[in-house]
Amino acid sequence: MTHVLSAHAFELKNTNVFYGDKLAVKDVNMTIQRQKITAFIGPSGCGKSTVLRSLNRMNDLIPGARVTGGVHFNQQDLYAPNIDAVEVRRRIGMVFQKPNPFPKSIYDNVAYGPRLLGVRNRRMLDEIVESSLKRAYLWDEVKNDLKKSGFALSGGQQQRLCIARTIAVEPEVILMDEPCSALDPIATQAIEELMKELVKQYTIVIVTHNMQQAQRVSDFTAFFSIRKEEETGGKEKRWGVLIEFNPTEKLFATPDHEETERYIRGEFG
Amino acid sequence: MTDRDTGILRDEAQFKRGLVARQFRGTLWKRFFALSTLIAIAALIALFFNVANRAFGYVISEYEPDISAVVETGDVRTLTNDQLARLIATYAENRLRVIIRNNLSVVANDQFTTAPLSVALAGSTFPAEWNDLTINDLEAAAWTQIISTNLSHERLVEIVLTDIVDETIHETFMFSESLFESERIQTLAAETYPHATLYFRTWIDWNFITNPGSSDPTQAGIRTALLGSLWVIAITILFAFPIGVGAALYLEEYAADTPLNRLIETNIRNLAGVPSIIYGLLGLAIFVRTLSALTSGAWFGITDSNGRTILSAGLTMGLLILPVIIINSQEALRAVPFSIREGSYGLGATKWQTIWRNVLPAALPGILTGTILGVSRAIGETAPLIIVGASTTILSNSPPDPNSPFSAFTAIPLQIYQWTARPQDEFKTIAAAAILVLLVVLISLNATAIILRQRFRRSLSA
Ligand SMILES: Nc1ncnc2c1ncn2[C@@H]1O[C@H](COP(=O)(O)OP(=O)(O)O)[C@@H](O)[C@H]1O
Ligand SMILES: [Mg+2]
Repeated sequence: MTHVLSAHAFELKNTNVFYGDKLAVKDVNMTIQRQKITAFIGPSGCGKSTVLRSLNRMNDLIPGARVTGGVHFNQQDLYAPNIDAVEVRRRIGMVFQKPNPFPKSIYDNVAYGPRLLGVRNRRMLDEIVESSLKRAYLWDEVKNDLKKSGFALSGGQQQRLCIARTIAVEPEVILMDEPCSALDPIATQAIEELMKELVKQYTIVIVTHNMQQAQRVSDFTAFFSIRKEEETGGKEKRWGVLIEFNPTEKLFATPDHEETERYIRGEFG
Repeated sequence: MTDRDTGILRDEAQFKRGLVARQFRGTLWKRFFALSTLIAIAALIALFFNVANRAFGYVISEYEPDISAVVETGDVRTLTNDQLARLIATYAENRLRVIIRNNLSVVANDQFTTAPLSVALAGSTFPAEWNDLTINDLEAAAWTQIISTNLSHERLVEIVLTDIVDETIHETFMFSESLFESERIQTLAAETYPHATLYFRTWIDWNFITNPGSSDPTQAGIRTALLGSLWVIAITILFAFPIGVGAALYLEEYAADTPLNRLIETNIRNLAGVPSIIYGLLGLAIFVRTLSALTSGAWFGITDSNGRTILSAGLTMGLLILPVIIINSQEALRAVPFSIREGSYGLGATKWQTIWRNVLPAALPGILTGTILGVSRAIGETAPLIIVGASTTILSNSPPDPNSPFSAFTAIPLQIYQWTARPQDEFKTIAAAAILVLLVVLISLNATAIILRQRFRRSLSA
């Protein structure tokens, strides 16, 4: 991938995502800014995760999943035939809803990514593990238990371990799919602080069902919603659409769309 | 909710009655499950007792020549080294020097009688004043002393039992009889075999493990069959484990979900239920006949064997347990949560890296469990071995120990089968001892695998 620096990291143009024959998200157009936090909000099933996962080709793992239109990263089409999804994911990391540490030690969890890239040198690995855990604000809590299993940590610590694991490969972007939904308020706060710190170096896209969280942490917010259509036979077709993309402050204070306003007032969701 | 519904739900008395019935049903099921467990445990105990019952018990035995005056206990194994050596001297004085030569001499046979003892028996213990004498300068008492001080107890017993006396066992009794009817047995022994001795014999002992097969049940051991079994199992594991896990990986991780692949998977499941004798026939056709150049070792320059080898048997057993390993490994791989794979791909891992570094280690405990199941089955299988050709050697009483994959062989289940088929009671008794050995082999293999599995589990969880 060529590396051209511009203000925006991602550019989606008329992007559609399908699961098999089913259209899941239709005609998404948006531009995601570099080194900013962009939040995706919207009712359940509107395709937030689907769009997020199309940003690093995570959808490739789902049989039948397909993306049409363009998803451009650094002006390069991620779905062009000459692009290897492995390289995409190495540059665009992902943190999942449910903390998913590997069944390995804390050390091996963080060293996993660098080892994939061929780093064998023990001193180098030690350094990467330490600095990644420090940047994830986990180092002080685990520095004496690096050999312990990642499962031994609390939910919030596990999620920070997953973040440390992701930043250990020095990605350019971190995608987070509801990273706090399985965590208690204190752990959530820790992760939010961490995001604000990380955004100094990384572009962050986060899916959240929590509008306060979007307001607290994000610079831009994308609001998705659902469109329906009656089909013959009484069936219903549903797909997600992007309703509004604006700076977070504006979206929550003076949204352009009436549907956005109803959503943030809690009238549906 | 209608009013009537609410009425029923709020009816205290009815709720109480219903609760009693619900709890009662629960208790009933619990009893049933406990009973099932009890039946299973009882069956296991019965099995074990049935086998152990034969492997220990009184025997009425007689030695030829009659040494009962010397061996009051009836069992020469209870004698001391000194007593054993004197026994040899009494009954085979002329063999003492040969025994010394065969067991202790460090010089060539033709120099043994002329060399001074300090040379001929270097390393052995004897009085210093004999240093310059030759073996022929000494007397029987001295030879006896040399034997007694330098040979191990086991070796002396062996010499007595093979060279000096012949133990004939007139009757054997089971452990339960020995325990509860010892008086009857004693009178029977005294009346029917006045010259015989009665002693409690442990049929499974170190001699039984280390002796090769023999037509004399008091001398027969399991060594050759045990080695045969271990060889076959080693080859079975080496063959079936990598191929089974490989196939499972392919089917689970790579193969697309097409009708053809589903058909293949279904057939593998069916293969697990195919009678083992059919695998024997398959092994005979493929490994013994078609691939005889490989299985006989002809490709490796071995000329004196045919395809009925340990290698053929191991490969046949491998085929037999392959479906079990594949199915269980597939289950284990399927049980690895998708979130773990996702995490790995999310860091930029390739498919192979994800499988090798994450999925496989996480699935390993389950894969090992499947392998244990398969191997346990293979250890006890008899039919395929008979067909593949152990029969060529089991007919002779003591086939040579196997020493390579291209050796002919026998195996424990075959030895058991062969012994139980003999008319004499003593062979049925040593068959029971062999079953105990088989059980011990099984248990130790399982224990090893369980320890391995636990170690992996521990490294996976907290
Ligand atoms: N793996 C999948 N296979 C088929 N359909 C899916 C899959 N994942 C999500 N969908 C569908 O895509 C739509 C959007 O889902 P998702 O992106 O998970 O929504 P959100 O994250 O906003 O709750 C839903 O209708 C959902 O049923
Ligand atoms: Mg979602």
